[in-house]
Parts: sequence; C-alpha cells; structure tokens
Amino acid sequence: MKNRSLVSIDDFSKEEWIKILDIAEGFEKNPKQRILENYVVATLFFEPSTRTRLSFESAASYLGAKVIGFTDAASSSVKKGESLNDTILTVSNYCDIIVMRHPREGSARYASEVAPVPVINAGDGANQHPTQTLLDLYSIRKTQGTLDNLDITFVGDLKYGRTVHSLVIALCNFNATFHFVSPDELKLPSYVKRHIKEKKLKYYQYTDLNEAIPKSDILYMTRVQKERFSDPIEYEKVKNAYILNNAMLDNSKENMKVLHPLPRVNEINEDVDTNPKAYYFQQAQNGVYVRQALLTSILGVK
Amino acid sequence: MSEVRKELKVSAIENGTVIDHIPAGVVSQVMRILQLEKIERPVLIAANLNSKKLGKKGIIKVTDKFFESNEINKIALIAPNATLIVIKDYEVVYKKNVELPKAIKQFVKCMNPNCITNHESFDTKFDVHLTDEKKVTLLCNYCEKFTGQGNMTFI
Repeated sequence: MKNRSLVSIDDFSKEEWIKILDIAEGFEKNPKQRILENYVVATLFFEPSTRTRLSFESAASYLGAKVIGFTDAASSSVKKGESLNDTILTVSNYCDIIVMRHPREGSARYASEVAPVPVINAGDGANQHPTQTLLDLYSIRKTQGTLDNLDITFVGDLKYGRTVHSLVIALCNFNATFHFVSPDELKLPSYVKRHIKEKKLKYYQYTDLNEAIPKSDILYMTRVQKERFSDPIEYEKVKNAYILNNAMLDNSKENMKVLHPLPRVNEINEDVDTNPKAYYFQQAQNGVYVRQALLTSILGVK
Repeated sequence: MSEVRKELKVSAIENGTVIDHIPAGVVSQVMRILQLEKIERPVLIAANLNSKKLGKKGIIKVTDKFFESNEINKIALIAPNATLIVIKDYEVVYKKNVELPKAIKQFVKCMNPNCITNHESFDTKFDVHLTDEKKVTLLCNYCEKFTGQGNMTFI
C-alpha cells in the first residue's frame, strides 16, 4: 500500500482491507506511538467536516506527525480563485501525504493524479468516503469477531446515503445477508442491489423496523432527512417510523450492536446510549485507529 | 440502378475515407467529434439519404484523410452502425464497422454538474459500458457517475 492513494474503497483489495484492520487493532492496543515524527500530514478541507477532520488530525497527532492544512475553503486560497490543481501541487511541496475533503465528486481522484504525494479521500461530494467504510468494517469485525456470514440491517435513508452504499458493496465480499428498512421513497438504489445479486446473496426489504431487529447482528442506523422527500406529507407519515428506542431492542440478539455514522439527530433515542448494544461512539473512536493504520501503511512505516 | 443513383448524390472521391450509415440526426455531431470542421481538405457531406438499414442516413466523405481506428471508434458512441470505407484510386480498399471503444478521453462532458471535470480544466475520462437494453453509457473515471446516450454533450 506504500505510496498509493486511497480514493475509492475499490482501490485496495479485500486482503488489503483486512491488513488495514489488523494494523488498526494494534493501534487500538497502543495508539500513542511516535512513529511519524518526521512526517507532515496535510488536511485540506474544502468544506467543513469537523468529525472526519478531527479524527484524522487526532490519528496523526498521536503518531507524532505534524499536521498542516485548512478547515474550509473560505480560509484558503480557493477563495482567491486558485484551481484545485494549483492548490494540490503547491501543498504537495509541504507534506508527505494529503488528506482531502472536497464538495465536488471526483475531486479526490483528480487530486491523486496531480499530486506527487499520496492522497487519502476524506469524502468527495456524494461520491466516496472510503475511510468511513473501513472503520465500519473494523467496528463490525471487532464486535462480532468476524466479518463473514453476518445478518446486517440498514435503516433509514438507503437511497442517498453513500456510507450505506459503500458498506453494502464492501460486505458483498463477506457473504452477508442484508435487511433493508426504509420508507418506499428512500429504498436502496438498483446499482447497489446489482452487487448483491452478482454475488448471489440474500436481501430482504422492510418498511417496519421492528420486523428486522430480531434478525440482526448489526443494526446500522442512518438519518431520514426531510429534504429528501418530494412530498412533505410523506415525510410526516414516516418520520417517526425509523426512530430507535431502547424498548425496541428487547427482542434483539445478544451479540447485536447498533452502529451509526454520526452525527445523529433524533433517529436513535438517547435512552439507547446506555444500552451495552449501543456502539456508535466506540465506532467513532475506531475511526482514529483505522486512520492511523492507513497513514502508516501508505507512508510505508507499517 | 438505385445503388448508382445513391452514389451520385455525393460525388466519388479519389483517395480518402467514407463514413457511411450515420444516423440522420447525428451527422453534425460526427463532424465535430472527428474535428472535420477544422481540416482544410474537401469534406463532402450528405444528410437524409434513404437507407434500408436506418430509414434516413448520412454520409461523410473526407478526401486524403485516413483515420486511426481509436480516432474513428469514438463515433461508435453516437453512430454504432457506421461503416468506414477506405478509398484509394477510386477503389474500395476495405470496409469495416466501427467498434465501441472500451474507454474514451477528452470529448464528452460528464452530465453530473457537481463532477470536478466540469469545474477544472482537464480532460474527461470514461469507461464505456452497455446497459441491460444494450444502450451505450459512460462511467466517469472521476465522479463515478454514468452519462447515458441521451445525455451526452460533446466538448
């Protein structure tokens, strides 16, 4: 993986994903290793994403790397009209690796072609966010002891959620059985289903969350956003149907864990937080270990 | 007899390339893709000729010009049944059908308005795919979205 960019989850093979997860496990045991002391990591956030940026900066800082960058386009030369090409070429002179978030789809691929240093995509518009997928895989493996043969339930906005699409496609490599719970307007798009069908895996669709919960090893919650509905009345009808509360977990499996890419609004009731099955905050923490594994693998230190 | 009359509609060329079986509506697009508007040699164009295969078709004849196959295959995106006829000394040297290329660069615009290719100046790149209905569709190498046949704009 040395010197390779990570733009889309497919840039790395399944074996390489596993290797990243194994390295991340080592960082979970011992996250404060100053093995990147001589390195500079640039975090270029052309749009704000506090969570992702802090997670990367935390990962780099614990390893002793220096972090440079900007937190949104307004505080960078982009505001003066500089092209992405010029920004990337300039910043490449100042760092060993670039972590980039950008509102345009395809920007990360383009940056990786232009930059002489490797680029990690921290989200390019609605397209890819591969480090999220890897930290989701890490969290699933960590809580279930395996990635294989699991029943994974996805809840909420399955149509527009790129996190969901990437994770479903990744899990197609691990013989998962899928349960999709969403309002009719926000069902999983056919291009994602095609991946499931190609691997001849099973999937089931529901509109009632309670039906899917007892079958799940993982309950992956997402937010249902009002602006996704063409008809506001449709939103009003379904808005409470995809909210998880503690009592609903009574019939869930012992090993079941609730995941969420965060930020949460109201789709997981706060009474779930103290349930040992709630895992979303540890999931966010796992993001640091996975990003440490990526930084060190790509820089050739691990 | 009818063959002869058809040929007479556009005069024969001594040396060069004839592109036949172009769907009637896309002759000018083919011209643009092959950048025939820019060349200085004679180019003969006929549109709306009767065709058994296509109903109405167009023909383009370019004198003293022989295309590389990767160049001519670009037109398969909009004229999948086009035939390429190479002429030397008024004789047909060979005929072949255009083939869909696996990938294309440069001349199609990505239909995704939020794709970086529409905001920075560099060449677009696509992989060529066929839909279940056997329609050509282009997968942008940058934003990873498809641009279908009906939405293709040529740069």
